[in-house]
Amino acid sequence: MQDSIVRLEEASKAFATPEGGSVTALDAIDLQVRRNEFLTLLGPSGCGKTTLLQAISGFVELDGGRILIDGEDMTDRPPYRRPVNTVFQNYALFPHMTVGENTAYALEVAGVAKAKRREQVAAALKMVGLAGMEGRRPRQLSGGQQQRVALARAIIARPKLLLLDEPLSALDKNLRQAMQIELKTLQHELGISFIFVTHDQQEALTMSDRVAVLSGGRIQQLDTPRAIYDHPVNSFVATFIGASNLFDGRIDGDRLMTGDGTEIHHRRTANTAAGAATALIRPEQFFLAGEREPFPTLDVDLEAIVFVGSTFELFGRTSTGKKVIAEIPAGRRSLIGDIERTRRAKLAYDPVAVHLIHACAEA
Amino acid sequence: MSIAIRRRVQLAVLLGPVSLFLAVFFLGPLAIMMVTSFLAPGLYGGVEWTFYPHNFGRILGFADPMFEDFDPVYIAIFLRSVKIAALTVLAALIVCYPAAFCIARLSERWKNFCLFLITLPFFTSLIVRLFVWVLILRQTGLVNEMLLSTGMIARPLDLIYTDGAIILGMVYVFIPFMFMPVYASVEKLDWTLVRASLDLGAGPIRTFWRIILPLTAPGIVGGAIIVFIPALGNFVVPAILGGAKVMMLGNLIEQQFLAARNWPFGSALAMMVMSVMLVLLLVYVFASSRRGADAALNR
Repeated sequence: MQDSIVRLEEASKAFATPEGGSVTALDAIDLQVRRNEFLTLLGPSGCGKTTLLQAISGFVELDGGRILIDGEDMTDRPPYRRPVNTVFQNYALFPHMTVGENTAYALEVAGVAKAKRREQVAAALKMVGLAGMEGRRPRQLSGGQQQRVALARAIIARPKLLLLDEPLSALDKNLRQAMQIELKTLQHELGISFIFVTHDQQEALTMSDRVAVLSGGRIQQLDTPRAIYDHPVNSFVATFIGASNLFDGRIDGDRLMTGDGTEIHHRRTANTAAGAATALIRPEQFFLAGEREPFPTLDVDLEAIVFVGSTFELFGRTSTGKKVIAEIPAGRRSLIGDIERTRRAKLAYDPVAVHLIHACAEA
Repeated sequence: MSIAIRRRVQLAVLLGPVSLFLAVFFLGPLAIMMVTSFLAPGLYGGVEWTFYPHNFGRILGFADPMFEDFDPVYIAIFLRSVKIAALTVLAALIVCYPAAFCIARLSERWKNFCLFLITLPFFTSLIVRLFVWVLILRQTGLVNEMLLSTGMIARPLDLIYTDGAIILGMVYVFIPFMFMPVYASVEKLDWTLVRASLDLGAGPIRTFWRIILPLTAPGIVGGAIIVFIPALGNFVVPAILGGAKVMMLGNLIEQQFLAARNWPFGSALAMMVMSVMLVLLLVYVFASSRRGADAALNR
């Protein structure tokens, strides 16, 4: 237990709706965040991820369950007495204070002497690449710079845990990608756990040690980005993370038969049970038949061929009308030329790469 | 016609009427008053056209006894008026500030309803409303009758014709003027900043002093000025609720013009009040323009 910095035990929260009903935001969530871990809470809006974050920071009071931070029960503590700091979505910098005063706020509140404060502020600003900006006002800074001030302000008091509430959503794409890498580096340097909330799956996969996929107030899957991508436990996770081709059907030996008669081959393992299941094939696992034989194939009528730089994206339907997306490396120009003419493609796949989601795993 | 010139013409057309009105009906009388304050009072009212600085001397203490006597009572009245106006501001703020927070958190419909209620008194005559306060506060008024009948007091209290009655009346009159600017800045307050402060370890009290108060200060200062200035020169409330006992600057000036018929001295008093207000306004404008410059720079 000592390797977890945060522990949620059956944390529950429901909100009343204006119509008089109630919405479950947290459905008895159990979660342990490890020390020095970069954990991402990922999910569509309304899945409970922000509520979960606010429950940890203390702005949402739980209906039931407990929250322990570093072994101490925090369930009934107000936000200002929790060893947790937050980077807010819109940065929430104090407009009437300078960058230096903003950054020093947590220290000032804690009663740290002025000289020491100045020293630590300089160090924190240097860490986020804003050395010497103490005298500026927040409004004089660009969005990215404001973001960094918010970061410096939140880490200066060395919280046991840093919460980040979609902090990158307001930045443009290039800046966002740069910040993703910086955040990850910063987390390593600081050696404190980050809990990062986002609805952007790319962001989650890029930065996290582990990702918790939330939906309907529950953690659907908590695992490393690769495990979540390669082995989603249910079709919600499979569709939410990355593009996917899902085939519902029944397992029959080493193939899965869908209702409309499509056959998907897979590799049988010890865990493969007979019964209803869903087969997942990621778009990039398809390749054009004829390149490597012999592999099972799907015949697809193409509706669109989109060039996106490094790959071609093929959108098509099987003979039974099932939609299929495939991603073909753009290096295979000659093959693409063929299918562009015929508007038909034989999409091959390796049965080993087919991931089976068994029906019983569905929530 | 170039665009720049057209813009200027448009501006002149738009600002013409108000400029003309203010020049004729505001600056004109002001100039007359300023000139009058340096003239000698005529024997039977009116003015003598000679330079006569003793009107101000009478107030400030450099009077030549040959002409006018310095009387400290004017400074005393001045100070009392400032005190009453300041207390009015304070009391109105104490009433309005918490209320603004409550109303700002209501739903849109209730908000508008509450704002309507606050402006409701404007629909009736000020004099009528103040006379109702006479009925409430006088010796045989509502409050005294109630207290007497419950036996809490043996003799009626002196409620009316006191400083307290004036302040009560003033607060009553000026609440909307205080409320509107205070409410405007409270409603604009970004609550995520409050959350950020709590999150960074500041308790509710420190968060109030460091975040909430500074961010709503423009509304407080605006409301304070809008209430203080008319309160300082107000003569209706002291006339009705102060009776003859409590004199304020407004009454004094009114008296000089209408009863004593000493127009130059009345003008001098009015000039004094105005200069105090002017200084206050300049301080405010300077402070807010510096803030404005900051904001412009920050963009």
